[in-house]
Amino acid sequence: MQVVFLISAITSIVAVMLICFFLFSNGIPAIKEIGFADFIFGKEWSPNDAPPLFGIFPMIIGSLYITAGAILIGVPIGILTAVFMAKVCPPVIYKFLKPAVNLLAGIPSVVYGFFGMVVLVPFIRENFDGNGSSILTASILLGLMILPTIIGISEEAIRSVPDTYYEGSMALGASHERSVFRVILPAAKSGILAAIVLGIGRAIGETMAVIMVAGNQARIPEGIFDGVRTLTANIVIEMGYASGLHREALIATGVVLFVFILLINFTFSVMNRRKV
Amino acid sequence: MKTMFKRKKTMDMLVSVLVWCSALITFSALIFLVVYILVNGIPYLKLSLFELEYTSNNVSVVPAIVSTIIMTALSLFIAVPLGIFTAIYLVEYASKSNRLVGIIRITAETLSGIPSIVYGLFGLLFFVIFLGWGFSLVAGSCTLAIMILPLIIRTTEEALKSVPDAFREGSFGLGAGRLRTIFRIILPSAIPGVLAGVILSIGRIVGETAALIYTAGTVAEIPTNVMSSGRTLAVHMYTLSSEGLHVNEAYATAVVLLIIVVGINTLSSVVAKRFTRG
Repeated sequence: MQVVFLISAITSIVAVMLICFFLFSNGIPAIKEIGFADFIFGKEWSPNDAPPLFGIFPMIIGSLYITAGAILIGVPIGILTAVFMAKVCPPVIYKFLKPAVNLLAGIPSVVYGFFGMVVLVPFIRENFDGNGSSILTASILLGLMILPTIIGISEEAIRSVPDTYYEGSMALGASHERSVFRVILPAAKSGILAAIVLGIGRAIGETMAVIMVAGNQARIPEGIFDGVRTLTANIVIEMGYASGLHREALIATGVVLFVFILLINFTFSVMNRRKV
Repeated sequence: MKTMFKRKKTMDMLVSVLVWCSALITFSALIFLVVYILVNGIPYLKLSLFELEYTSNNVSVVPAIVSTIIMTALSLFIAVPLGIFTAIYLVEYASKSNRLVGIIRITAETLSGIPSIVYGLFGLLFFVIFLGWGFSLVAGSCTLAIMILPLIIRTTEEALKSVPDAFREGSFGLGAGRLRTIFRIILPSAIPGVLAGVILSIGRIVGETAALIYTAGTVAEIPTNVMSSGRTLAVHMYTLSSEGLHVNEAYATAVVLLIIVVGINTLSSVVAKRFTRG
């Protein structure tokens, strides 16, 4: 029976190896054929031209802009909400807030995307430039979507700071706010950083919600009211009809995304190790 | 001295206003989202939406619900035993210095960080094309099974670890073997924790779209067997809203999804509460 347990345990290793093998073996030949520099830094994505151009630089930029926007919006609000939940709000309210955060985490990304499509896009279109599907719209929506990740982990980090820190600071005459922000938050720094890194991972990997609100034009945007296409969106939108080198180029897009995520995971685990 | 004190006081005020505002933004956004979808969707929860047969007129959600249930059951059927056995190996068998344990942990961590579209790509390349399964429920559920595996491993591991060692010692002391101890003593007392993980996984399966479009396909009929293609509720909702022809029905589908999510969350917190109470 121990063998059965061992074999089960090895499945996850096999799975990671299979994923790496199938992605890389299908994607890397395409990158070679297109040329690494032309693929990564090529500014033109026009798979139907003759000759076709497969430059994913606009998508890399798109993913980075939207992720940065989501972090700018989601991180401050998330951390402050975590402070609210851990140190400010009375237990009576907390009983409602905790399930609310869980609900925020549980709502499927299509529902977020749909909400963005019917509420945020028209709002941005009517009040700002452009047609509504833009970097700004996607950043706001993703900022909302990464909130539960940021709140959950930051709250845990804040709660794990020993009470004596707070008491010591209060005893030295610091106010409640000052004790929280100058003593507790710095002590919880590594946990909060981990929350941000996980949030980045979620934002860069999000697909469906982004497709529904970002406009998906494969070009380098000129402002935050321009539409962009992310790496993830590129795959979903064109995979349905792509063939030949086009299809392989999409898989190669997946490889680039995968490498990004591996880097983020690596950073995360290094940070976790340092905490221990 | 006095001005400094005053400045500090205004800082404090400002900071706590910011904290309150952030919390307000977070929770009012959630309430707005939920209420907006309920208000726009509930009027369209008509009987025609729940007809057995899917037509492009009634855009019935019943086939999607059936596909979702089959998909969930299949994925759990694959992932739950694998996940539980892995956790048993990690907690009960492997020694702390075992190199394999470290590698398994790292791979599980890696799996949990991979975005769903990458799983979708892999499922397409491996299950659909390489193994020749085509767009099918099996291909979709195998993909999802790998996706939820790390979640089940982690929750089960934690549940197993929280079983006091005295249970193990007692069981060994009474002459039970290792296997008997695991299946008769340890697993039963860890079940609420395992269940909480399973319920969370159900939530992920129900909400998943990107990993399914190119593995299970988007056929809107009730699937006849596990090799046929079928769209889950979330995929159904995506196709409805991207076609843009049935926005009202998309609202209604969103309501159904929300209800399921709330149900799953309530269930998992009830189970978790029982767990902590012991």
